[in-house]
Amino acid sequence: MRFKFWGVRGSIATPGPSTVRYGGNTTCIEIRGAADELVILDAGTGIFQLGNALVPDFPININIFLTHTHWDHIQGLPMFSPIFVPGNKINIHGAMDIVSQHSIKEVLSRQMEHAYFPVKETELAADLNYVDLQENDCIEFSEIRVTNCLLNHPVLNFGYRVESAGKSLVFTGDHEWPYNIYDAADPEYDAYQEIIDARRGKIIDFFKDVDVLIIDTSYDDLEYAQSKVGWGHGTFDRSMAAAKESSVKRCYLTHHEPTRSDDELEELYYAALERNEISDSDPEFILAREGVEFLA
Amino acid sequence: MQIIHEDLLAMVETMPAFPQGVTKVLDMCSKVDCSPKDLVSVVERDPVLAMRVLKLVNSPFIGLAQSISSISHGVAYVGMNTIKNIALTVAAIGMLPRENRANFDMDKFLQHSLGTAAVCKKIAGLKGVKETSSSDYFLAGLLHDFGKVILVRQRPDEFSEAIEQAQTKKVALDVVERLIYGIDHAEIGAVLAAHWDLPDSLVRAIRYHHSAGDLSHPSLLEQVVMVSNLVVHKLDFGASGNYYPAELPKSIETNLGMDIDDVISIIGDTDALFADAKAFASS
Repeated sequence: MRFKFWGVRGSIATPGPSTVRYGGNTTCIEIRGAADELVILDAGTGIFQLGNALVPDFPININIFLTHTHWDHIQGLPMFSPIFVPGNKINIHGAMDIVSQHSIKEVLSRQMEHAYFPVKETELAADLNYVDLQENDCIEFSEIRVTNCLLNHPVLNFGYRVESAGKSLVFTGDHEWPYNIYDAADPEYDAYQEIIDARRGKIIDFFKDVDVLIIDTSYDDLEYAQSKVGWGHGTFDRSMAAAKESSVKRCYLTHHEPTRSDDELEELYYAALERNEISDSDPEFILAREGVEFLA
Repeated sequence: MQIIHEDLLAMVETMPAFPQGVTKVLDMCSKVDCSPKDLVSVVERDPVLAMRVLKLVNSPFIGLAQSISSISHGVAYVGMNTIKNIALTVAAIGMLPRENRANFDMDKFLQHSLGTAAVCKKIAGLKGVKETSSSDYFLAGLLHDFGKVILVRQRPDEFSEAIEQAQTKKVALDVVERLIYGIDHAEIGAVLAAHWDLPDSLVRAIRYHHSAGDLSHPSLLEQVVMVSNLVVHKLDFGASGNYYPAELPKSIETNLGMDIDDVISIIGDTDALFADAKAFASS
C-alpha cells in the first residue's frame, strides 16, 4: 500500500514562503492499494492537484472517504477535475449531518449551489454515487477494506482504517480526545469520566497495531490548554501518547495549524519528541508533508 | 376523537420547547464560551429539548453503534457542538405557551416531570444503580408524561375535558384518555419514543409508568418510574392533570421492598430534593 499527502494544513489553505516545506493545501490523502486501487481520504484544497495528476488515467474509478464536511475537508471537491469527465466513476462516502439529518449528498450539493459555484451538482458528468456511512460500516472493493470509527469533533467525524494486502493505515480526520465537561468536585464527574474512558479505549482499539497512523496534531499542548479546548483538535503530546499506546509502527502528525510557519512547526515537533521521551521501541513520529509519497 | 399513530408523528416535528429551556438555551448560546455542563443541565431539564436531542442522535439514518440514553452520554459521543446546535434549532421554533386551551399549567407540569426525575435518580442511587446509569433514570422520570405535552398542544379541548372528567369521576386520567382517544398519554409517549429509536428501556419505562404491575417481569427502571410518579403525586409537588392515579400494585412494593410512604421517608428532605426542579420550573 502506498500513500501520498496532497494537503496537510488545517482549517484554511496557507500558501506562502513560510509554508513551502510542509505545504499549504488543506487535507487530502491519496492511497493506492496492492492492485493500485485509488482511495482518497478527504477533499481539501489538495485534491485539486491530485485531480490534475489523475487525468492521464481517465476513465478512472475513485473511492473518496470524507472524514467530515467542514470546509477544509471538502473545499477542493468542486475543483476536482475527475467529476467533470464522463466515464469516471466516483463513490463519495461520508456521515450524515445529525442536526439537519441531511445526507452526505445534500450537504455536499450545497457547496455547489448557484451562489457558491457555477456548476450544479446535477450537471457533473462523471458517474457520482454517494454513500451515507454509519458507524462501524465496512466498505470493501477489490483488495481494499475500509472501516470507520466515530471520533470527536464539533461535527460527526469518522476516522478511517484502510487495509490492503496485509497493510493497514488509519487516518483520524479531525479529532480532539474527549475530556470531562464536569469539574472533579461535581457529582456527575465520575460517570462522565467512565463514558469517555470507554470511548478512548474504543478509539485506541481502532488504531491498534496499524502500520501507519495519520493523526490530527493541530496544536502544541500549551496553546491547546490556553485557548483551544473544545475546538475539536489534537495535540503533540496526546497524539504521541495514543500512538504509543496503540503500538502503531509509524505515526504521521498532520492538520498543521494554519498560522504556523515551517520553522515553528519543526521547533514544536522536536520539543515534543524530547518531552515525550521517544525511544527506539516507540513508533516513528513524522511531520506530514505535502507532495511526499510513502509506503505503508 | 381517536388518535392514530401516524397523526402522532406529525404532531411533534414542530413542537416548541418549554419557555424556561428556550430562554436559557438562547441566552447561553449567545456566548462563545458557553459552558458545556451548564448547557447539558438545561437540555436535560426540558422534556422537549431532551426528547429532540435523543431523537436526532439515535436516528437510524445516522446509525450510531450505541444507543444514546442520556444527554451527557450524547455529548460524550457526538460532541458538545452538535448538542448545542440541536438545542438551538428547537429553541428557534419558539416556546410552548404558558397559557393553553386545555387550561393545563405547564409550569406545574414541568415541576411534576422534574420532581419525578429527581425521585427516580434518588431511588436508583438507593438501589445501587451505577452512577453512569443514574442519568438514564433521571431522563425516564423527566419524559414519562411526554405524551401529555402532545395532548395539550394537539387536542387541547378534549384533553381539558379528559382532566375534568377524571377529576369529577375520581378515576385515573389514563382511563379517561383511553375512552376518548383510544390511547393514553403513556402509550403516546412510548409510541413516539419507539418511532424515534430511543433506547428500548426508556420506551418501556414511559409505556408502563401506570402499568408496570401488569408485567410479569418489570425492569427496575419501569418500577422506579412508576413509584416516583406516585411519590411526586402524593407529595403534591407540581401537577400533571392526574388527580386520582391508580395505586402502586403490591407486587411492585414487594419487588422494591418499599411502599410510597417508605420512599417518602427515605427521601427525607423533599425540599432539598425538589429545590432544583422548583428553581428551573419557576425560572
